[in-house]
Amino acid sequence: MGAWYWWTLIGMAIVTYIPRAVPLTFLEGKELPPVVSGVLRNIPYAVLGALIFPAILYVQEGNLLFGLIGAIVAFTLAILFSNLMVIVLGTIGVLAIYSLVF
Amino acid sequence: MNNNSFVLGLKAGLSIAIGYFPVALTFGLLAKTSGLSIWEATAMSIFVYAGAAQYMSLTLISKGVDPILIVLNTFVLNIRHFLMTAALNEKMQSEKRWIKGIYAFGITDESFSVLATRKEDKIGTSFAFGVAFIAYSSWVIFTAVGHVIGANLPQFLQAAMSIALYAMFVGLLVPSMRGNRKVVMLALIAAVINGFFYWTGILSTGWSILVATLASAIFVEIIYAIHEKRKRIAGQLKGA
Repeated sequence: MGAWYWWTLIGMAIVTYIPRAVPLTFLEGKELPPVVSGVLRNIPYAVLGALIFPAILYVQEGNLLFGLIGAIVAFTLAILFSNLMVIVLGTIGVLAIYSLVF
Repeated sequence: MNNNSFVLGLKAGLSIAIGYFPVALTFGLLAKTSGLSIWEATAMSIFVYAGAAQYMSLTLISKGVDPILIVLNTFVLNIRHFLMTAALNEKMQSEKRWIKGIYAFGITDESFSVLATRKEDKIGTSFAFGVAFIAYSSWVIFTAVGHVIGANLPQFLQAAMSIALYAMFVGLLVPSMRGNRKVVMLALIAAVINGFFYWTGILSTGWSILVATLASAIFVEIIYAIHEKRKRIAGQLKGA
């Protein structure tokens, strides 16, 4: 790759950093209107819903069943256990066995 | 810096590090097959640190797409972080701006999710550094490793590990859903809207997650505001 690669990389780094840093630094110490902070408090749970679905179904291209099984196992483990590591490793384990068998 | 809460942050971020392992490994491998040297590939993970954008850039680079378009696409893909860091700011302990500017670099979908769903009212700076550090280290190290070994994990393990980050998101969401109807509504509505955008192809992934999240957060807030108002009026009527 030539010099253009490094310019592209610098450009990518800047436009990735701005959305991360601007709100955290500019909003420091600022009291937002209750309506706005109410909406912001809702963001984490809404984001999780959008991050999980429908992407979880497509973790293996062209194999919807694989993602579906993964989703069912993850939700089941999450209901049974609250330990994050158990949920993550447990889901990986079940899917590893599944892909070895099928 | 508070050492103890930094270590707690490392522990809380461990599942991100595990989830990044196969994704970064594959990125290193794909970067190599796209013709990037180990330094070019690892530098991207060091300075950009954004999984989806990095994968996309490989596709665009190998197609010879204009660099300006690559940068623009990266911005669109990461625009949702404006919303996430604005939300996270409400939960973070007050801190000097330049220090927040450092850990801000470590905010990804995953570290945001781990931090923003914490039960405590305010999150300490050292804790955030711990979460960001372990996730970032995993991303950078396994990018380089993927490039060096130039091979992937055994197929069954690669497939199984591709679920890791999603299992983590589920593991962060479900405990908060318990006995909290608001959380259930927020996640379900955002998921349905995001699914709609995905299957109709109206919006690209970056925009889709942003719009679905914001729409759900605003809608649920309105529903609850109306609900509260009704309850107050009913209470006043009873009082009179």
